Amino acid sequence: MAPDIVKRTSIAMYEAEINAVIHGNGGQAHVEIDENKIVITISDQGPGIEDLELAMQEGYSTAPDSIREMGFGAGMGLSNMKKNSDILDIKTAVNEGTTVNITVFFKK
Amino acid sequence: MEQYYFHSVTLDKSKCKGCTNCIKYCPTEAIRVRNGKAVIINERCIDCGVCIRICPYHAKKAVTDPLDSIKNYSYKIALPAPTLYGQFGPGYSRERIVSALKLYGFDYVFEVARAAEIVTNATKCYMSNKDIKKPVISSACPAVVRFIQIRFPNLIENLLRIESPMEVAAALSRQEVNEKYGIPMEKIGVFFISPCAAKVTSVKAPYENRVSNVDGVLSIKDIFLPLLDIMMKQGKVTSEPFSLSSAIGVSWAMTGGESSAFKDGRRIAVHGIHNVNDILEEAVKGNLDSIDFIEALACPEGCLGGPLAVENPFIAKVNLINEIEKIKVNQAHSVPQKHKDVKELEWKSTVEYRPIMKLDDDMMKALEKMNMIDKITEGFPGLDCGACGAPSCRALAEDIVRENAKETDCIFKLREKVNSIAHQLNQIDSTGSMNDDDQ
Repeated sequence: MAPDIVKRTSIAMYEAEINAVIHGNGGQAHVEIDENKIVITISDQGPGIEDLELAMQEGYSTAPDSIREMGFGAGMGLSNMKKNSDILDIKTAVNEGTTVNITVFFKK
Repeated sequence: MEQYYFHSVTLDKSKCKGCTNCIKYCPTEAIRVRNGKAVIINERCIDCGVCIRICPYHAKKAVTDPLDSIKNYSYKIALPAPTLYGQFGPGYSRERIVSALKLYGFDYVFEVARAAEIVTNATKCYMSNKDIKKPVISSACPAVVRFIQIRFPNLIENLLRIESPMEVAAALSRQEVNEKYGIPMEKIGVFFISPCAAKVTSVKAPYENRVSNVDGVLSIKDIFLPLLDIMMKQGKVTSEPFSLSSAIGVSWAMTGGESSAFKDGRRIAVHGIHNVNDILEEAVKGNLDSIDFIEALACPEGCLGGPLAVENPFIAKVNLINEIEKIKVNQAHSVPQKHKDVKELEWKSTVEYRPIMKLDDDMMKALEKMNMIDKITEGFPGLDCGACGAPSCRALAEDIVRENAKETDCIFKLREKVNSIAHQLNQIDSTGSMNDDDQ
């Protein structure tokens, strides 16, 4: 396994987890691995993302001050996730929670 | 292919107490204790010699060619590693040591330090090519190359694809002797005088598709006393500039020597196999992309700390630095180096990934096995005590999954089992039943 694939998968999954914790009040992670790819699904029952396009912009964050004080909420999470995954699929609606699907392929 | 797994590092069973010191320090977890004796797993051993240094009973040693083997050749060439110059102390200069080698019985001495400088020049050429993968990792230490083949295959393409000074010295000296003195190639025996066990392995079981230019490797430990004897008997000797090498070449024996040649560029010099491990982990994570060159030597203080060296490496370092200072002053004696085209010195083929750490060729099966290893490890007390003969609880779990050990090799597990059997026997005795429920 190329180390950069391990690195990318870790970064993408981490960003999704942190988002679920910061914004979604925690959530569930489901991971499936086969010989070609790894698919990570992280879902929460939080407030949902109001404007997804805005949220994907680097630097934009809806994190409260208490979170920023801890060093999080820089607004890079979603773009980092996109950069480090091969397929990123986000399903979200206001007050209906958020589900993030990350796919990383092992071979190009 | 038995020769594939030849190792210089071996065990003298009669001295081994099965104490578990070596199993804990081996960087590739290549040693187990079975039936009270250490056993080296051939595929995993990189001949780094850590176990030789650590064994309190001196049961681990390196196999080298006996001194008498030089008699098999009518024309004998000695290739002294620069480490040799640090072994004797003040008053025993390079010139004296090189002359003593001739008096010992060698017909020609070609200093490996001289070849090291040629390799340095070739490396500078190599590094100026902007297409190479950085950081470039030196391939001079065979233990490090084997370590990368086994544990860091992604770094194989970073290896400096230039022959080691030992091999270059062997090829050049053969050529020189053949051209200058007309000695036929078959009569020439080339012998490396070595502080290093891994070099022995690199000669007897070279990397893929190669044949070594060296005929035999002699241990510094073996030749030290005979040379000292010769030098003590001869008294003062006039020094002739005997194809003497430069300061850079001699400094290769110390950590930082090889990399000091590259004055421009960011370079790291690491020594000690566990430090090498840490730096290579950083390289694999992509944290060293701003570094141009990594000099990595498996032994503490570099080759001076090799398992076949005689003198304490810190003392040898002082001796070596003395010699280097003298060289800098007497630059006039240095012989101009033959310029070698870097293409001639480049590796003709690469080294291969040795997937001996792989759990299974089928990735799904390998993932299941990894899962099993995690589960079994959780069931162990986590003391890494070594009583089972494996270096850690996790290593035992891996051995079990690879079907090389069983759970009750762990004495804590065994004790649990015995307790449970004793409890059951007790039950039969008191209640006549084997059920815990019937009280």
